[in-house]
Formats: sequence, C-alpha cells, structure tokens
Amino acid sequence: MEALDRKLLRDFRRLWSQFLAISLVLAAGVAVLLMSFGMSGALEDTRTTYYERNRFADIFVDVKRAPNMLLDIIRDIDGVASVEPRVTTYATLDIPDKVDATVAYVASLPENGTILNQPILRIGNWPQPTATDEVVLNAPFGEANDLWPGDAFTATLNGTKRTLTVTGWALSPEFIYTIGPGSLTPSDEDFGVVWMPEQALAAALDRTGAFNNLSVKLRPGYRIEPVIDELDILLDPYGTLGAIDRTEQVSNAFIDAEVTQLQTLAYKLPPIFLGITIFLVNMVIGRIVALERAEIGLLKALGYSDATILMHYLLLAGLVGVVGVALGYAAGSWLSFELAKLYADFLKFPYLIYSVSWNIYLIAGLLGLIAAGSGAARAAWVAARLAPATAMSPPAPPRFRTSWMDRILHAVHISQPAMMIVRSIIRWPVRAGLSILGMALAVGILVSSNFFPDALDLIIDTAFYQSNRQHAVLFFNDEIEDRSVIEANRLPGVLQAEGQQVMTAVLRYEHRGKRTTIEARQPGMNLSRIVSTTGEVVDAPPGGIMLSERLAKQLGASVGDVIEAKFLGVHKGTHQLPVTQLVTQYFGLGAYMDQTTANRLFQQDARVAIVNVTLDPAHDEAFQQSLKELPRLGGRAMLSENRAGFEETISRNILITTTIYAILGTLITVGVAYNGARIQLSERARELASLRILGFTRGEVGFVLVGEIMLLALLAQPLGWGIGWGVAKMLTESYTSDLYAIPLVIKPSTYSSASLIVLTAALASVLVVRRKLDRIDLVSVMKTRE
Amino acid sequence: MTARTLDRVFHTRGLTKVYDTGEVKVYALAGVDLELFSGELTVLLGPSGSGKSTLLNILGGLDHATEGRVWFRDLELTNLRDRSLTRYRRDHVGFVFQFYNLVPSLSARENVQLVTDVAPNPMRPEEALERVGLAHRMDHFPAQLSGGEQQRVAIARAVAKRPEILLCDEPTGALDSKTGIQVLDVLKHVNEDLGTSTVVITHAAEIRKMAHRVIWFQDGKIANIEVNETRLEPAEIEW
Repeated sequence: MEALDRKLLRDFRRLWSQFLAISLVLAAGVAVLLMSFGMSGALEDTRTTYYERNRFADIFVDVKRAPNMLLDIIRDIDGVASVEPRVTTYATLDIPDKVDATVAYVASLPENGTILNQPILRIGNWPQPTATDEVVLNAPFGEANDLWPGDAFTATLNGTKRTLTVTGWALSPEFIYTIGPGSLTPSDEDFGVVWMPEQALAAALDRTGAFNNLSVKLRPGYRIEPVIDELDILLDPYGTLGAIDRTEQVSNAFIDAEVTQLQTLAYKLPPIFLGITIFLVNMVIGRIVALERAEIGLLKALGYSDATILMHYLLLAGLVGVVGVALGYAAGSWLSFELAKLYADFLKFPYLIYSVSWNIYLIAGLLGLIAAGSGAARAAWVAARLAPATAMSPPAPPRFRTSWMDRILHAVHISQPAMMIVRSIIRWPVRAGLSILGMALAVGILVSSNFFPDALDLIIDTAFYQSNRQHAVLFFNDEIEDRSVIEANRLPGVLQAEGQQVMTAVLRYEHRGKRTTIEARQPGMNLSRIVSTTGEVVDAPPGGIMLSERLAKQLGASVGDVIEAKFLGVHKGTHQLPVTQLVTQYFGLGAYMDQTTANRLFQQDARVAIVNVTLDPAHDEAFQQSLKELPRLGGRAMLSENRAGFEETISRNILITTTIYAILGTLITVGVAYNGARIQLSERARELASLRILGFTRGEVGFVLVGEIMLLALLAQPLGWGIGWGVAKMLTESYTSDLYAIPLVIKPSTYSSASLIVLTAALASVLVVRRKLDRIDLVSVMKTRE
Repeated sequence: MTARTLDRVFHTRGLTKVYDTGEVKVYALAGVDLELFSGELTVLLGPSGSGKSTLLNILGGLDHATEGRVWFRDLELTNLRDRSLTRYRRDHVGFVFQFYNLVPSLSARENVQLVTDVAPNPMRPEEALERVGLAHRMDHFPAQLSGGEQQRVAIARAVAKRPEILLCDEPTGALDSKTGIQVLDVLKHVNEDLGTSTVVITHAAEIRKMAHRVIWFQDGKIANIEVNETRLEPAEIEW
C-alpha cells in the first residue's frame, strides 16, 4: 500500500463519525430506492405471474340475467379469446357458533372446470360437479372462520336456507384483495368468497341456462374499448351494469394504487437524500482540503501530480459513498424483502415472486457514488489546482466587512457572541442556506408523512360520524318494496330504519361519460346523510340530479347543465337530467336524486335496495340471528366493526410509517447538524479558545457553537413547514382517485412534533460536538498558527 | 524593593509541572519559587522548553501545576476548579499571544467589547483602542489590519478590563522589529499609566532592557534574576 493510500484510510478512520453521519444519509436514500422499487417490483411481478398462470380476465360484466345462447355471439366478437359465464350472488351465511351473520360472494364453478380467473386449490378437494351441497371457500375466509374441509354451515340462497359442506380452500387472482359490500376495509372474518358447482348454484338461484356474470379474455394485441362497447350493446336488453376493464376491478385497482404509491415514494424521497449527501460531502471535504493546505503543498513539492491529489480527495469521498451504498444495500434489501412478505401476506398471494433486478442495485449504487463524488468534486479540484507555494502559506483570513446588516445589529444591541453567530451566517450565506434547507427538508419529510393521520381523522369523522350514522347497512340482492323498511324496523334490536334506492348508470355530458351509482333518497334522512367537506348536510333537490364535485369535474358539467343518464340493470332507460346542485365529498363519485323524482322517472312505487338501521346493542344476538333468517338479504355491513377495523388498520400502518419517517428525518438532521457543528468547531477552535482565555465560561463559549446551528435549525422550521405543506398538497393531489380525495389538513401538532424531532436531533448532535469543545486544550490551540 | 515585597501579586512555592507521556517524564517546571510584584514589568528569558510559557499559563489560570503551590495575592490558584479559574481570568488577567487570536468576524471595537461586556469595571472600548493608537481603525475587521495593528487590538482587548496583570507570550514574535517596537511601546505605557503588572516572554534578549526585572529560565528552573537599575525606552532597543 502506498503512503498516500495509507493517509486516505487514516483520514477516513480519524473522521469516522462525520463520515458515518453522511453515509447514513446516503444509505437512507439507497435503502428507500431499493425498498420502494423492490416492493413495487415484487407486487407487480407476483401479480403479473399470478394473472398469467391463472388466466385473469380482461373484461368483467354483471348483468341481471342473460341467456347462455348469447355466449356464442360474444365469442365471435373480434378480439375475444375466451369467455366464462358464471352465476353469482351475495348471500348471508350462518356459521355454527358464530353470532354475527356473515356475508359471502357466491360464484359458480363451471362444470368443465374454470378457464378464466382460475382459483388455486390450497387444501382439500374441488366439489363434485354434480354435488348440490359442496363448496370451496377462499382460504383467508376459511381460516378466519375456522371452517375446514368437512365442516358445514348454512347459507340463504334465493330465500332458501341450505346447508353446505366445505371441501377445500382456494385462492383466486380475482380476489387478491377482498372487501365486502358497504365496507371500507377488508375483513376476512366478515366477508368471503364461496365457489359452488354451477348446476347446483344455477338451480338454487333459478338461473339454469342463464348467467349474470361474465369474464372475457382478449387475444393479445386487441384493444379493450371496442369489445366493451359491443358487450354493452349486446347485453343492454339483459340488464347489464356495464362492462369494466381491469382498472375498475376492485381487487386489481387496489393493487394498482399500492404500486403507484410505492413508485411515488421511489421517485420523490431518494433525490432529497442524495442532494443532502452532496451538500454534506462538499462541506466536509472542503474543510479537510482547507485544513490540509500545507500538506497538499508538501505533496506537490514532493512531485505528486494534480491528478493524484484530485483522486486522493475523490477517493476519500468515494469511501463515504461505498460505506453509504453498502449500508443502504443491506438495509434496503432486508426492509424490502420483509415488507414484501408483509404485503404478500396481507394481499393473499399464493406465492411471492421477489427478485430485485441487479439493475436497481446498480442504479442505486451508481447514484450513491456519483452523489458522494460530485459532492467532493469542487474541493478536490481546488486541492489539485493549489500552487505548492500558495498551499504552504496560510490561507487568507476570511474577510468580514461592515454592511447595512451591521447597523441593524448594532441598533438591536446584541452581545458579541451573538454577533459572532450572525456574522458567520452572513459571511457564509450559501453554507448557512444549505444547512437551513437540509434541516427544512427533514421537517418537510416529517410533516408531509405525518399529515395522513390528520387527514384520515377528518375522513373518519366525516365518513363514520357525520355521514354514516347507522349501525348497520342491510343490502338486498334485488330491489324490494318500500314497505319492507317497516319490516326491517320490526327486526329485534332495530331502533330506527331508513331505506334508499341504489342504481347503476352511465352519465354522459358532451363527449365525456362515467359509469357510477346513483342513490335515490328521501329528503331529511337521518342515518345516512350527504355531508359536504364544509360539514353541511345536504339533500338532493327534486327535479334533477345532484353530483359530487369530483364527478361533475370528470364530466365537465356544472349546475344547470342537462346530462344524460343511461340506467343499467333493473331500471333500463335513458333520461335527461338537469344538474341541480354540486356537493364536495371525500369519498367516491356520488350522484344523488330525490326519491320522489326517481319514482316519477321510473313510474314506480317507492323501492329500496339498502336499509340503514340503528341498533340496541343489548339485542345484538337476536338481531344477527334474524338476519340469518331474512330471505332476500344479500349482505350486511356492521359499521361499528368497520370503524374499528378501519381505525385499527390505519393506526398500525401509521405507527410503522411514522417510525420510518422519524428515523429518516433524524438521519438528515444529524447529518447536517453534526457535520455543521464539527466544521464550526474546526474553523473556530482558536476563536472559541480565545474566548475561554478571555474569561468566558464553557457555557458562554458553547453558546457560540450551539447557538449558530440551533439558530439555523430554528430558521429551518418555517421553511420546513412550508415544504411539508407543499409536499402534502402534492401528495393529496397525486393520491386523489375516483375512490377518494384526501383532504389537506395538517394539525398544529403535526408541525410541532416534526419540529420537535428535528430540533431535538439537532441539539443532540451539537451537544456531542460541544463535549469536544469542552475538552479542547486551550494552550495548544492558541500556540499554533492555523 | 521593600514596598514591593509588601505588594506582591504572585508568589509560588516549589512549582512543578510534569508532562508524563507514559515512557518519559518531562519536567517543564522543576520546583520554582518566585515572586512577582505589583506594577512591575518583568521579562522572562530562556531557551525553548525552559518552562517560561508553562509558568505563564499556570499564573494565568490556563493550566494546573503538578506539584507546588501558587497564589495570586491571597487567592491560592493551585487547586481552583475550572469555573473559579474562568472567573479569575475574567476578573484579573489579560493575555497577549504571539498570534493575535482576534475573532475575525468582529471589528476591532467589537473584539474589545467582547471583554468590556463581561468585565466588572472596564474602560470604554474606544478608550482602550485610543491607548494603543488605533482610534482611527476601530471599525476595521482583523483581515483589514496589519499584523502590528492586530497585536495592538489584542493588547487593547487585554487591558480594556483594567486587569491587574497582563501576561504576554512572545507578543512581538510574529512581527518585524519596527512594528514590534510599537507594540512594546504600548505595553510600556499600559504598565506605567495603568500600573498593570506585566510579564513578557520573549526570545529577543534585547527586550530585557526595558524591564524592571529579568528572570532567566533554564531546564524548568530559575537560573538567574536580574534587576535593571536603568531601563531603556522601546525605541532605543534593536533586535
């Protein structure tokens, strides 16, 4: 090993704490990059493989009832590769020893085996095609309810109770993410999928020779839209709810959203860490070069070339880069694998395909090294260009000049140590500015990651406590007469019941169209209310349609415009409806009509599809039992369980993400504050020592060191809040989808806890450096010429 | 001499300082008994490593002795804790070093203010700077001043609190002789006008001629003490 290399390693060892602080910031960037790409890649790869192996369909349609003879016509549509008709329904299950009525989506298993959306059998066997009472459950549901092969339960199918026996458990690409009707969070215990042989289910539902659900797979290279259009026309007479592609399929849409979020993370966070790395390396290597001027001069006098000197300092930064990248690789690989496993578990994939491409490692590694290298470039260049004679003489002292600031400083009568702090900041504005920016980014990261709980609090309050005040929602497979609400009112434990009608329709305005559901409601409903984001309770005015603002925006329609509503399903027909009002909401693409207006439109008596009820908890068991007996019930959502489930899921996720972001924010702050203070100490050792000799106490001298960094940290706070607010606004916009809008709410406590974390981390870093100041040898510092 | 005996500022008994490097013990001071008197200008002479600076640092409260005792008037410095030494330096001692150690981010006036802000009975910073002949450069920053001027600011800063003692470690070491003489002239005037007891370490033996007393150091001990019956003006000294 050459002497210069030895110097390199020793310098690295001597300054290990500073270099480690930088390496950790860099490692965080590399790890986040690997983690988000690793996880999103694993999700996408696993999903893609799963879809291919199990032939996940491209188009999905629900109809009221269509004859099987249509299938040949559908198969002949240009581009259609395969078609699978099914009979499906929602049913209430009565599981032995379980108080709550449970909801399941029951789907038929074709006689000759499934060709699309093929479930994978996990345990047990498939039912005999001719069996009338055998079913397979989706595995998580079976597990959550302890229903094993051989166990039996009761299901109400088309008003008739039937005892069914479990023959096995399966997983399906169609139900990677399952969510019950009316629920906001998945619950394996309350909602499941049941597969039943086609003959038996069709007979039970009176659909022999007909289907009500269709999956279609296209040949490669064919466009989806023309096929969807043809299907809509073809199935229109049979009460189609409109064909949808994968983007609207619930399970798939959810995974899309997850992948997008992970990728957003990958593009937004790592650049911040790499940027801060560049700044820190620049600051530290710059200082080292300044301190080693004489040595550089000596090396040059000895005959070392400019290129060797340049490489020497680049390599020093390179070591920081290597350590950072290595730490980042380790942390990123571990985190990404562990989190991908969590995902796979949560999402019920039958397997996990986890392979982070070496490309990602290569890119992450290169970015890390480039960041470290470019940070050192300026200082290394300065070192290489130093003329030996100049290098060996001491550098010119920093030039301070009187400026307009001085008049202000004198006017406010600040102490001389405070003056030293202010002058130093003014003298090196770029460094001070970047330090402020670095710590502000840390604050911003914390604010923008922690605002989600604030936003969710508001969403939960609006969704659960302002809008949906019912305890349970009862769904019916078909619309029922309005007077059934009175029957629901007679169920045990029911205190109050209100019904509403729900219709599927395609709304069109000019060339834009959107498939959505329209709720028809009586004015003044008390249990399920329409609440705007400003907290107002609104009713749909009679004589037209009220749209949620998000839907109106997608249609390009506003109040007064007349839109076309093509109703699907039971109420076929196209009607022209004036937009009477807009309402701003967090959830969904809601559209609302006055019940009387709807009745007149469809020339019907009042009908309902949903009954909302409030319950007396003392009669819960009797209520649940009565649901199991209710013939036409398609499902029920217990909102109190929903609330608890939602809040539990959210708070668990929030704890994880908050912890991760707190660590990231702390790493940045420590990197900036610790290095800032070390450099201060190195530059000002003489000044600070001379203050001690003049009779200043350790505390007073420490104030100069601690004061500057803490002043910068304080100045960083408002900027950080601003950055956090801006990033949060960007995030709310990028996460806003058809399903929901995230409100931009940031509570004061979010700002203050972000600031508290950053200020504490900064103070702790500076105090570590202050201990070095306390131990400084006054005499030797004063005796040496810098 | 009798009057001075009554009014001594420092005295030491068996003052010893050992630097223990593990392998060898170096005696920087080896049992020094010394008295310094109020209003006196003393020059310490001796080769490098003879113990002058160590003695000065102990007298100034920057360092502790390994053995022996040291008093400032009636205050025994020997075992004072850090906090009390700081207090002692703040109230009684002014330092001047070879390198001026001014705070580069503060102007000449503000450098002096550093001291006057915390001292119990200081002179105005302007007055201190006038004494060293820098009234016209008060708002200049160190980088805008010559070496001699910077050293004079350092002296102004040291004397602004009206210290009883002024300890100077090679105050002219970094200056050419012409500028050095200006600095010595300032030291002499401070000594005479303010009655500040002054100790000057130097390698330039000629400077001894302006002192009341000259103490020669050798191997950590006092080799000789010499009293000048007649003193030269700094302007008459050449080195």
